[in-house]
Amino acid sequence: MNRSKSIVNKGLFGNLKQREQRNLIRFKCVLTNTILDVLRQRPGWVEVKETVKVNGTFIGVISAGYERTLAICTWMSMFASVTFAITMRILLEIHPLLVSYYLLTRKNFMVKNLKRFRKQLDREQGKLEAAKCDFFPKTFELPVEYHLFVEEFKRNPGITWIMKPVARSQGKGIFLFRKLKDIIDWRKDGTRADDSKDEATVESYVVQRYIENPYLIGERKFDLRVYVLVTSYIPLKAWLYRDGFARFSNTRFSLTSIDDHFVHLTNVAVQKTAPDYDPEKGCKWLMQQLRQYLTAKHGTEAIETLFRDMDNIFIKSLQSVQSLIINDKHCFELYGYDILIDKNLKPWLLEVNASPSLIASSQEDYELKCRLLQDTVNVIDMEGRLSGKEKQVGGFDLMWNDGPVYNEDINFEGGINLIANTHLGCMNDREKQLWHLLKPLTTQK
Amino acid sequence: MISRSNPVGSQQLHHRTYGTRRAHDPDREGEVPLETSLHKSEVRIESLKEDLKEFLRKSGWEKKLQNAVYRELNVLPELGHPSAPPEHTKEGLMYIRRAQVNWEKRVLKSLNSMCTEMSIPLAKKRSADEQRELLHKWNEMGTDEPDLSHFRPVYAPKDFLEVLINLRNPNYNGGDPTGLHSSWGLINVPLPVKDLPELRELYTELGLNYEQLGIDDSLRISPEPFEIEYIRLGQKVLSEQDSAAAQQYIRQGCPTTLRADMWAIILNVNNELEDSLYYEQLKANVIQHDLLVDNLIYKDVKLTASNDDYYFVFEDYLYQVLLCFSRDALVLDHFNYSSASPPKSYIKGKLALEDYAVVYPPNGVVPFHGFAMYVAPLCFLYHEPSKLYKVFREMYVRFFFRLHNISSHSSGIVSLCLLFETLIQTYLPQLFYHLREIGAQPLRISFKWMVRAFSGYLATDQLLFLWDRILGYNSLEILAARMKIINISGWSPSSRLLAAAVFAYRAENLMEATSLAAAEAVLADLSTLQVMPLLQLFLFATLN
Repeated sequence: MNRSKSIVNKGLFGNLKQREQRNLIRFKCVLTNTILDVLRQRPGWVEVKETVKVNGTFIGVISAGYERTLAICTWMSMFASVTFAITMRILLEIHPLLVSYYLLTRKNFMVKNLKRFRKQLDREQGKLEAAKCDFFPKTFELPVEYHLFVEEFKRNPGITWIMKPVARSQGKGIFLFRKLKDIIDWRKDGTRADDSKDEATVESYVVQRYIENPYLIGERKFDLRVYVLVTSYIPLKAWLYRDGFARFSNTRFSLTSIDDHFVHLTNVAVQKTAPDYDPEKGCKWLMQQLRQYLTAKHGTEAIETLFRDMDNIFIKSLQSVQSLIINDKHCFELYGYDILIDKNLKPWLLEVNASPSLIASSQEDYELKCRLLQDTVNVIDMEGRLSGKEKQVGGFDLMWNDGPVYNEDINFEGGINLIANTHLGCMNDREKQLWHLLKPLTTQK
Repeated sequence: MISRSNPVGSQQLHHRTYGTRRAHDPDREGEVPLETSLHKSEVRIESLKEDLKEFLRKSGWEKKLQNAVYRELNVLPELGHPSAPPEHTKEGLMYIRRAQVNWEKRVLKSLNSMCTEMSIPLAKKRSADEQRELLHKWNEMGTDEPDLSHFRPVYAPKDFLEVLINLRNPNYNGGDPTGLHSSWGLINVPLPVKDLPELRELYTELGLNYEQLGIDDSLRISPEPFEIEYIRLGQKVLSEQDSAAAQQYIRQGCPTTLRADMWAIILNVNNELEDSLYYEQLKANVIQHDLLVDNLIYKDVKLTASNDDYYFVFEDYLYQVLLCFSRDALVLDHFNYSSASPPKSYIKGKLALEDYAVVYPPNGVVPFHGFAMYVAPLCFLYHEPSKLYKVFREMYVRFFFRLHNISSHSSGIVSLCLLFETLIQTYLPQLFYHLREIGAQPLRISFKWMVRAFSGYLATDQLLFLWDRILGYNSLEILAARMKIINISGWSPSSRLLAAAVFAYRAENLMEATSLAAAEAVLADLSTLQVMPLLQLFLFATLN
């Protein structure tokens, strides 16, 4: 491992002088998808082949598609060489505390935390503030809250419920039902796969009220995938990516057949197995397209409200776990939020993914994910080029920095408008922006 | 009101306003028939003329009439010689007429042979069961997977291009044996096309000193002062419901939120009751009868729109619109000013007996490969089937029909091709020459863009900006015109016009291409192009 003696300056121009002695950033990546391409293309980053030692060296990890991947990046000091590695198990053993990320992303914990947070807001700030947390449908954790669920079930006969395994992804194990009888059968059936051996790891499920009036485009249901990067929990600093996409189900929506997974589940993994799935077709729209379509249909104000409501979802969900996640200023995490919009243009939070899929389903998708990952690494700023005061880095807009982040705008009457600094679905001018931001050094596209 | 001496067909006018006889009475909910309002209002015999005018103005009738007349003015051709036969009004040049007739014969022959090969009748009535089934599935026809493997599109744009290439004026001798001054391009007919100064004059509002939408404003949260003001102006135009004003307004682009309504005013699509009744009637026709062209439509949608990254969602709407379109006899009106004529078919056993001739398909338009793409972008704006249908039909009979018929009209596809080639030859001679050498004639690449009015090739928002201008200037020349200022060592910047602009924009890469395939690859993906900056720079920022 190289030891470089140069000082890493945070200013933009300091690096000019030290260019020859610039820190080489080393990384190791065990995954072979998009993230590897992105890291390899970065100037000044070198892939290492040797195993990464944990003690006394810098380790970085990016979560990417593994079930137990962690999203952590640690570096110790500026003076030693920086190694950026992507491994999992090692860290899990050394830093067991860092597994607290799953307080947000395992569905049962997320719901518990949100409910608790809502109560807290209700106590401290009143009903109005608490009502802003009403973005998740009624959810119960099984088997613990079974009786509560049954009460709610009986109060609303005939509605559809959805059962989701807490820790699985890609749509596995999810099903819909309307009668209690269906799940009683299922419980007896013991179709829960890997629960028999170990009592400590009994699989829990959440049962959630199914949203029966989703917004449809072309008679198809879709959900949104939005990327949020959290670089610090205390104080909370979160970035929102401008790009994202809407995933469509391949078939027309109808409530008549709830067994048809292809109608109701929009994960690409599920859609891929549909009989008429055509990979050439793709079933994703970029966020920009969606925003344009909705604006043309409903007008600017309605859609701006919708996006403000989505910002609210992101912030509130992060705040709800803020006090619980072990904070380390050298960690970061990239979350993939799944949002569903209903017919009344109200967004609902479906779930939060800690390791959003970075596998690309098409060329356009690949490029989106590359940009996303490049900008993630830009924000993390291992090269030390940013001042820390930026409100936008590439395609990421600073959404929350221990308080809402605004763009000041002079309006027509000469006053100043405070507009939230998020631009989901707006034009992503990252190349221009990065060029201005990081002038002296070369940047990738 | 009407200043031109063009006698607008009163029958047509009557037809347009038929059904709009319900005046808007502000005192009462809903609409009342004209006669009743006339009785109720303060129209007196002594001052009949003034009172009537006043009444018409107040009740909104004047506007409606004005819009209807304006529509006719936009669509009808110039008045010709009073004793000219109707075919001359459709198309003045004989060799073009002949070419069009031959082309139509080919198309019809192809259709008929498909029919006999597969022993499917051109039209047949559906059984009661089939009718019920279709009605049931009306909103999701896309889920149907009929066996379409034996059907092939009747023709594709490239077949049509071959016909255009072989077009010759037998009376014309270029007088240039060496070929130095002749056109390097594929089109060899001496039709008049505009040059740079004329185009500049036509497209004044695209000038650099005019603010535009589509230049810099993609989906920002906080719009510029121009945008805010422009949107307010747009709302005012909409409240006035004036077609002419809207058409002028839209020349500088249209804000996303106002676009659906703005286009509807310009195209004079505003009578919901009549439109939806008519649409229901067409729908009933679809359910009752099955046409051979239906299969062609299915196939076309499946091949083009369903495979498009963005339009696949609208598949079902496309069927609903196109199937009804085939059965709409009102479309036949446009043949009065088109160089084309509807194909005729004969009832079995009565060949060549005019009495037994029927127009087939009922609307006279045989769909070709890519036809569905004319409809797809409209699905972004209109969601109510009857309105979507009416807007599409209007767009077709005003603009799109010119893109697949041979005519000498300045917005016809032949003129567009010639305009494109002339521009490239005049302002990018080096590029043109190089492409010719490598066997990649520019027109071969750009033809498909123009025939489809760039639908499916540009990003949707850019496409809609482009179509804004088509509506605003009532001309398709903008399709041929697209260029951008480029600074490629030693070249002088200039040019305009979209297709040509794209070439200029990618000129550097094109110069390095060594084959047609490579050139096509350079130009394959237009989805990142920004239409308005290209056009603007091209049209107005030149060195000369």
